[in-house]
Amino acid sequence: MIPSRALFAALALLAFSGCSHVEPWVKPYEREKLADPIMAWDRDPVASSYILHVYESREGARGAAGGAGGGCGCN
Amino acid sequence: MTMKGKQLHFAVLLTGLLALSWPALATDGAPPAPEFRLANRAGGEMSLSGLRGQVVMINFWASWCGPCRQEFPALDEMYRKYKPMGFAMVGINVESEKADAERFLGARPVSFPILFDPDNHVSGSYGVSAMPTTVLVDRKGHIRWQHRAYKPGDEAEYIAQIRAMLREPS
Amino acid sequence: MQLTRTIRSIAITLAAGWLFCPAPSIAGVLPEDRADLMYHYYDGGGVQIDGPSVLVRKKFKEKYAVNASYYVDMVSSASIDVITTASPYKEERTQYGLGFEYLRGKVTYAASFSNSKENDYGADTASFSISQDMFGDLTTVQLFFSRGKDDVTRRGDDVFSEKVDRHIYGIDVSQIVSKKLILGASWETIAEEGFLNNPYRQVRYVDAVPLGYSYEPERYPHTRTGNALALRARYYLPYRAALQGDYRWYNDTWGIDANTLEIAYTQPIGDRLMFDVHFRYYMQGGADFYSDLYPRANSQNFLARDKELATMDSQTLGFGLGYEFKVPRVEFIQKASVNLKYDFMRFNYDDFRDLRPTGYAPGTEPLYSFDANVIRLFFSGWF
Repeated sequence: MIPSRALFAALALLAFSGCSHVEPWVKPYEREKLADPIMAWDRDPVASSYILHVYESREGARGAAGGAGGGCGCN
Repeated sequence: MTMKGKQLHFAVLLTGLLALSWPALATDGAPPAPEFRLANRAGGEMSLSGLRGQVVMINFWASWCGPCRQEFPALDEMYRKYKPMGFAMVGINVESEKADAERFLGARPVSFPILFDPDNHVSGSYGVSAMPTTVLVDRKGHIRWQHRAYKPGDEAEYIAQIRAMLREPS
Repeated sequence: MQLTRTIRSIAITLAAGWLFCPAPSIAGVLPEDRADLMYHYYDGGGVQIDGPSVLVRKKFKEKYAVNASYYVDMVSSASIDVITTASPYKEERTQYGLGFEYLRGKVTYAASFSNSKENDYGADTASFSISQDMFGDLTTVQLFFSRGKDDVTRRGDDVFSEKVDRHIYGIDVSQIVSKKLILGASWETIAEEGFLNNPYRQVRYVDAVPLGYSYEPERYPHTRTGNALALRARYYLPYRAALQGDYRWYNDTWGIDANTLEIAYTQPIGDRLMFDVHFRYYMQGGADFYSDLYPRANSQNFLARDKELATMDSQTLGFGLGYEFKVPRVEFIQKASVNLKYDFMRFNYDDFRDLRPTGYAPGTEPLYSFDANVIRLFFSGWF
């Protein structure tokens, strides 16, 4: 288990680094394929939330369905 | 560590990180705009040097980019209005293939020239770091403003800058 | 709880950091405006559930977004538990949801609330999340927190009234690796406290009666804390298709260990059609206190015979087809689609027995398994 203080410092650095500019290796104008709707983690939220509900109602495990990020990276 | 010690530790850490990560302010002067020569959708080629003497707006866009699509009608209106006063605009499409751009323009045509930069050499030379990026070049060929991203209402700022640059001598 | 306190302090630090950060001229984008109307249908193991699901979202000034949802389950249940210990029943569950999003620079703040009601169970949930794009928009980190309060009652019993208190903490990280590959990882902790079992369900124990066994009510611990870790990858195939792989590990204080593996493939066909296929494999080790047949009455502190807590596995194979079109004469709707998704699920239990067939000595009945058909038919409109 990573010591919580180290984890806390790392994540704080992560948060503040969002302020500064980092050179991305996939440039904003190279995100054509990533911006394609087929590359979205969750194209149809109403359908995916339902099937997740079906799984969770019949199985013991829950959680970590997630999936933010990706996409066009515009603006 | 005591409660007070922990709070002090936290405050120092916070201040230190804040200082380290404050974004660097761009203080460049007015660098010359990198030259380009790209294929024109209407046929032939177009170069930046060919537009010297006019105020030039270079808009980097892609059909997959929502804010780019939103910006187009405003850009078109700007072009129509200021073209007679010595204003030029080029929309540089950054997609590797033309099909999607052609389909987009077929549905929503614009009157300003569309150029293709499929290898992204020009995007690279202009340091495009957001989509869309709008660059304003003055009559002497220097970059005066670089707008990254677009939100409805930004065009008011563009117009103010264009009008200021149109008043300058070439 | 040490872990939840740590996560809470990390969340507060990050939130403070995000607020301190000067709002840059560059921002992100909120998802598109859309409305979805779905009919859902489930038929398996003697249970039929169907109903509507509606979801609408709209953004304002590219900074604020609102979403609202409405969902109904119309249940007709003659499941194996119901058949063996009770009688078939019908009921209806209705769920409303409302959410808000605020985009400031590269950070999205979201809050959502939902209320679910059926005749013997009510659930209220409030969720909050902060999401930030960083490192040149290649990384997205999201922290979320959810608080739920449930009210449990019992049909035909005016006195019975219990509660469940739920806390969920999670972090989700998405990383663009190349022009064609994106990876994701999620961690979620779910902590529940209160009346966690079902007021109707019974367990069975060996008894000197003609049947060979008798029933007594189930008895669960008052707390349950589970952790889930998921890893996923989505890859763009050169001829325009997408392939995704998911793995999730789960473990909780009731002794349930589960692994989930899923692969999914999306293939556009022409300009308007979209085809999806996915296969999911799930396996779980049962809860420590679970048993299909206890040796005598009141043999343990905790008793459970809920097949959901048994040692089991399930496989799902699903297909989907979507068709995109423009609605004639309605300019307001930019594009629309109609979609049909079908899933076939099979559940196999290693230590839950089917008590319907007769002539078996208790504990030797055949192991239970069942199949389910799930249909989702939905229309989407973007405006």
